[in-house]
Amino acid sequence: MTTTVLPAAAAELGEGPRTARLAREAIASGLATTLLGALGLVLGVVAIFGPTRHLRIDWLLPLAGVRFDVDPLGGLFIAVTGAVAVAVGIYTVGYAQREHWARFPMVVLPLFVAGMLLVPAAGSVPTFLLAWELMAAASLVLVLSEHNRGAVRFAGVFYAVMTQLGFVMILLALVLLSAAAGGDAFTTIAAHADDMSAGTRTAVFVLTVLGFGSKAGLLPLHAWLPKAHPEAPSPVSALMSAAMVNMGIYGIIRIDLQILGPGPQWWGLTLMILGAVSAVFGVLQATVATDLKRLLAYSTTENMGLVTLALGTASLLSASGAPDVAAIAMTAALLHVLAHAAFKTLAFLAAGSVLAATGLRDLDKLGGLARRMPVTTVMFGIGALGASGLPMGAGFVSEWILFQSLIHSPPDGNTLLALAMPLSVGAVALTTGLGIASMVKAFGVGFLARPRSVAAEDARESPMSMLTGMGLAAAACAVFAFWPALVAPALRGVLDALPEVGGDTAGVQLATFLRLPGIDGSLSPALLAVALAAGVLLAFAASRWGARHRPAPVEVPLWACGAETLSPRMQYTATSFAEPLQRVFDNVLRPDTDVEVTHFAESQYLVEKVTFTTRLADPVEQRLYTPVVGAVIALAQTVRRAHNGSVHLYLLYGAIGLLVVLLVAQ
Amino acid sequence: MSALSIVAAVLQVVVVLVGAPFVVGGMRQVRARLEGRAGGGVGQPWRDLRKQLRKQQVTPRGTTLVFAVAPAIAAGTTLLIAAILPIFALGSPLDSVADLFGVVGLLFLGTVALTLAGLDTGTAFGGMGSSREITIAALVEPTILLAVFALSIPGQSANLSAIVSATLDNPGQVFSLGSVLAFVALVIVIIAETGRLPVDNPSTHLELTMIHEAMVLEYAGPKLALVEWASGMRLTVLLALLANLFLPWGIAGADPSLLAVLIGVVAIAVKVSVLAGLLAAGEVFIAKLRYFRVPELLSGSFLLALLAVTASYFLATPTR
Repeated sequence: MTTTVLPAAAAELGEGPRTARLAREAIASGLATTLLGALGLVLGVVAIFGPTRHLRIDWLLPLAGVRFDVDPLGGLFIAVTGAVAVAVGIYTVGYAQREHWARFPMVVLPLFVAGMLLVPAAGSVPTFLLAWELMAAASLVLVLSEHNRGAVRFAGVFYAVMTQLGFVMILLALVLLSAAAGGDAFTTIAAHADDMSAGTRTAVFVLTVLGFGSKAGLLPLHAWLPKAHPEAPSPVSALMSAAMVNMGIYGIIRIDLQILGPGPQWWGLTLMILGAVSAVFGVLQATVATDLKRLLAYSTTENMGLVTLALGTASLLSASGAPDVAAIAMTAALLHVLAHAAFKTLAFLAAGSVLAATGLRDLDKLGGLARRMPVTTVMFGIGALGASGLPMGAGFVSEWILFQSLIHSPPDGNTLLALAMPLSVGAVALTTGLGIASMVKAFGVGFLARPRSVAAEDARESPMSMLTGMGLAAAACAVFAFWPALVAPALRGVLDALPEVGGDTAGVQLATFLRLPGIDGSLSPALLAVALAAGVLLAFAASRWGARHRPAPVEVPLWACGAETLSPRMQYTATSFAEPLQRVFDNVLRPDTDVEVTHFAESQYLVEKVTFTTRLADPVEQRLYTPVVGAVIALAQTVRRAHNGSVHLYLLYGAIGLLVVLLVAQ
Repeated sequence: MSALSIVAAVLQVVVVLVGAPFVVGGMRQVRARLEGRAGGGVGQPWRDLRKQLRKQQVTPRGTTLVFAVAPAIAAGTTLLIAAILPIFALGSPLDSVADLFGVVGLLFLGTVALTLAGLDTGTAFGGMGSSREITIAALVEPTILLAVFALSIPGQSANLSAIVSATLDNPGQVFSLGSVLAFVALVIVIIAETGRLPVDNPSTHLELTMIHEAMVLEYAGPKLALVEWASGMRLTVLLALLANLFLPWGIAGADPSLLAVLIGVVAIAVKVSVLAGLLAAGEVFIAKLRYFRVPELLSGSFLLALLAVTASYFLATPTR
């Protein structure tokens, strides 16, 4: 008897202090993140409305020194990152305890936020690269938090390689820039930007679009995103998807639109094509994804594609002599960055809440959470509504402004615009349509209906701190959905500081009514919501007609076609829900389907069992990455022959190398 | 905005509420007569509604709030659209609240509500219907928005009153290539969005072929009445939109007199009746398409809409 009691008691004794310590650490980590975020939010807002602030610390970095210049554009991105970090920090307090985080990720989380806050604040090339690397390294460490799982390690390696490749391109571009300008401060570079040769400008544009585009998850360098974001712990996914990808957008705006801008027409066109392809491809993959977090990650690629499309439109229009409409496209891009940060934070945090409660990310095994986790369900619903771009959702207003800028470009005989704009409208419209389908799938299959597994059936609501973190993000979503006027002054402050893309920003009114300059069209999200509420009430009243004659309401079982009961296995799953769309876009998605029919030995006409497997890989990754990786491995194998471990051979190499250097120096 | 334009907007909502079942009844009657049946009469949908509204409220076990409120959202969005559109008179007080993009968004909001309700039941039929409905909606959206784009080029605005007044000021442009192509594209997507033949069969009772009806299979009594009412209103509103976008004559101006509003009511009643009759007559001669052929139809309409935009850009330079 005693032998059974003793270990239990001992474990309890050990468990108490351990839980208390975990709680202390989680609160410290979450609080640090939140405070850093709040600091960033305040500093960012001050920078948007105030003059550019400078800070130089020469002793911190030998030779170059550290230099910060916080201007309105940087301020906006600092504020967004800060706001995301506030919500994530509060959420982490509960999440880290529930998921028993180790100490290491708790320490690195605030560092990651600090890195992201420093990137838009950097005023010189070395500072920028340093902050960028801090952000990249910290996020890599966080992705590897659960490194005992194989999938996490694979995602980590993939992410590490791609983020460093992106860094190399950014490094090359910025080195080219500062060499051409003769100084490493961004202000110096901007002052000399017009004197640079066309070749330098083109090289910098291509390199930065590739490097920053890979961070923003744009095609074809998006492949790390749907791997790393799902495998990272959920608060980290939220930070990466809602704040870190924005840094790619920030880089494109800063270097290509502001410093080098206004660029030639093909720059804008390139950005538009990249954006449109990323948006459509991302949303298609999201539509057929069955992993909840992978779906959200592809949705990030989609939304960053839309932002890039808007940036490209702004660039193309200012190069084509329509600065007023370019300002509208720029407004759309910035507002979409903000709205995306809000709804993606919320969606990832809610997905994390589900993951913590059930251990599941697979939509095919979820379901029935609406009754078990009502608050999380409502939160995810708000986030999904925002992501689908429907009215009453956070993403609607920015997509509306994007549409307005696309349909109001002047058609004065400009063939390029006449072709680019309708095709962009088609791409954006297809993206919204499919985005609705993917979000209906995520919410309807994952949260409604009946649980498809025991784990989903036993789900319990998350603790208060996690719900509070989500609540903050939901409040932000509500602002973007109903009252975008709140952020209008900030957007105007940023746009006024970006004369390279945009013209008269005073005409862009985001008040109760959204009015855009030169466009005879308006929208009022707040009044629309009020009117919709009235419409729903009227419909409800109409359905009450004759209610006096009705018998008392009853609850009955679902119709089971005359069978005894419906089992949860009979429901539609995420895979079956998306099957029609998968079939329609068969040529793009290229699903790998196997049907294996086993016959009875007695007769080949009698089927014993049928096995059906379908595998949906990323076609771009398969087509593009596999050959490149294969070539790199082959090359490495060739090089490997040269170093076979013999010290004598290595000494010979050294001698030959020295000779070559001497000959060259001669 | 005058008092009468407010009255006109309220009247639009009321007339759509009352008239939608008659439109559905009229279409059924046309179809019945052409097929050699007597038919139930134009008032039959109203009698059905009254019957269903008096029935017991039956809630399927395990459904959530989503299932309960979806019909009201579907009907509410449609009523709001009815208040925004220029049906009887231009310059509805809600005209500046949402333009055509907003209207399309509201339309899809209603679709999404019912789709989620279908999934919420957790039955095979609910999921099947939802999956099919959302697939069609996802493919319809690009076409609608492109057609909106094509229509907004002449008036330089996507606000409905501006589009309609541009057509009134410049009647010749109805027969321009862009306008005709946009019309055809819009007809196809309206058929798809309201679940008419050849995309979906509204009178089917075979679950495996149903789209909309499979999705709302679990609804009964008063909630079913609201769902059917909403789908009738949606059809009516979209037909009225189609009529006034391409043949706006008869509609009252932005600051109307009482007589002008009355003329507007009669004009739209005639236009919607003719369109609904044509649609019903056309349905007699076609069979339902296989589900996986529908995307081909929709991509065809997408192409037409794209051509419409390009044609408007290149051929019809805006008259400013």
